[in-house]
Amino acid sequence: MKFLLDSDTWQEIYNSIGKNKIRTGITIIGVMWGIFLLVVLLGVAKGVENNFNRLFGDFATNSVFVWAQQTSKPFKGFQEGKGLQLKMADLEAINKEIKGLEFVVPRHQTQGLAVNKFKSGNFGVFGDYPEFDKVQKRNLVYGRFINEGDIKEKRKVCIIEEEIYKQLFEKDENPIGQYIKINGINYNVIGMYREGQLRTGGPQGNIHIPFTTFQQVYNRGDSIGWMMITGQPGYDITQIEADIKLLLKNLHSVHPEDERAFGSFNLGKEIAKVTGFLTGMQFLTWFVGIATLIAGVFAIGNILLITVKERTKEIGIRRALGAKPWEIKRHIILESVFLTSIAGALGIIFGGLILMLIDATMGKGDEPSLTNPTVDIPVILIAALTLVTLGTLIGLIPANTAVSIKPIEALREE
Amino acid sequence: MISIKNLHKSYPMGKDALHVLKGLDLEIKEGEFVSIMGSSGSGKSTLLNIVGLLDEHDSGEYYLNNQKIEKLDEKKAAILRNKFLGFVFQSFNLINYKNALENVALPLYYQGVGRKERNAIALDYLAKVGLKERANHLPNELSGGEKQRVAVARALVTKPKVILADEPTGALDSTTSSSVMELLKQINREGMTVFVITHEEDIAAQTDRIVRLKDGIIISDEKTVKNQ
Repeated sequence: MKFLLDSDTWQEIYNSIGKNKIRTGITIIGVMWGIFLLVVLLGVAKGVENNFNRLFGDFATNSVFVWAQQTSKPFKGFQEGKGLQLKMADLEAINKEIKGLEFVVPRHQTQGLAVNKFKSGNFGVFGDYPEFDKVQKRNLVYGRFINEGDIKEKRKVCIIEEEIYKQLFEKDENPIGQYIKINGINYNVIGMYREGQLRTGGPQGNIHIPFTTFQQVYNRGDSIGWMMITGQPGYDITQIEADIKLLLKNLHSVHPEDERAFGSFNLGKEIAKVTGFLTGMQFLTWFVGIATLIAGVFAIGNILLITVKERTKEIGIRRALGAKPWEIKRHIILESVFLTSIAGALGIIFGGLILMLIDATMGKGDEPSLTNPTVDIPVILIAALTLVTLGTLIGLIPANTAVSIKPIEALREE
Repeated sequence: MISIKNLHKSYPMGKDALHVLKGLDLEIKEGEFVSIMGSSGSGKSTLLNIVGLLDEHDSGEYYLNNQKIEKLDEKKAAILRNKFLGFVFQSFNLINYKNALENVALPLYYQGVGRKERNAIALDYLAKVGLKERANHLPNELSGGEKQRVAVARALVTKPKVILADEPTGALDSTTSSSVMELLKQINREGMTVFVITHEEDIAAQTDRIVRLKDGIIISDEKTVKNQ
């Protein structure tokens, strides 16, 4: 490997490449484009994925919603079509029996007419526990979320979405401490939040009131509308979902194979479909990037082949003067590797710059469409290694051509 | 130094073979100044290529510096060429993007001599051919005679056993021709074996021994009569 450090080697390479600067430049653009594409697309895909994770967090991949429906099979003397209702007791049983749970948050939901002075609107009304804020982070602009005191004392307080604030209040009015009437009952507004890109509960806006208040006001006894369940990291949420449903069937005297009795929605599964798409996109990116790289490297091989043909006589002279075939080969392979490396480095640098630009424009603000569009260093190393390997392999072709010509024939060339 | 016995060489020409060398016997001793004369097609270039290890013979024996040459691979041939032979070509064959000094130093590069050392040696040899102050000029800035002298310096730089010159004056006018021939004579006087191929009588006459080739065989081999 001593020849790599020899200034003569590089002098020779500079001389032979420098003879055709424009052609060499155009050629390396091919490889540059390939690696540029790879870096930028992978970075953007990563940015989309990061953004996704930022929006959903663990909530996305690790939650399941469970609610009660009607039985579809007769069991233990009950007829088919028995109506089911989740109870607070179910919650305790779930917390006791099921392992790997993070939060089990019961919720109630209804529609309500909210009135403030002369303004009014129909909104979704939710009965919530303080834990809800942990599962689905409320981005509070003013005030606070429901706390334990609200639950204990069944306070008539509410947290409203920004959309509702816009509809019920004057511009620049502070909603905190004011009262709005929901279905004829006055609630003190204690908080206002801004909904992120992920909306739940319809387009009109949501009002959150304490769960216990909801139970009392809407006469729900100790029933639960539905439950949001999140699993601890490392536990399979699909397994938790199945376990909970089986437990509920047991508690409610439902046939174990009754598929209709309890409904559930596994958000993790749904999200997996989207992230699966992202993975597919990354795969496509790799495919396109590598294919472009190969095409680019072939172009370099081609140009070297032409260069070798043009230098046939020179190679002949060198061989007459005692250049061993391996020395000629090595020289041409090194040229190929050098060109691909330069092109690769430029592609990576430009790709990085473009990613910085994308980050600066699309990745900033309150609701960026991309978060941290980056490419991992190992990915870059793999791409660079692939490039050098391809450069070496493709360099072998012109290198072999160069030594396949006998020195005497090379010398005869005019 | 060079010993050739019953050397044959033919080139395939379609279905037939062109028999170029038809059993040559030639003995060249160390320090001789020999010219090979012949018209084109007589086989003199083929002979030089075989002697110069640029081509392989079909049958017969060839000893270079008492070493039998047979079935050489390219690597061995390259090493032997570098060690024992110095080439001077009709068309100079200098590398046009390297200056005179770098051209002369190139064979030493392939011997693995370091840059400083080989440039010093190369400069010595350029001085020897009288081109010390032209060392940094590119070949296209030199006259034909100067180019050929650079080529001679390049042939000498590895201290070879034999200088092989293929029509060294073929591309030169008569004045520069004689200066190049003087240079070759001087090298020969210093003990170097010089082997010249030419078709010019007056060039051959300046050597010590003329071997005439015709249609692949040696028709005469005699010492030249020196007037002085």
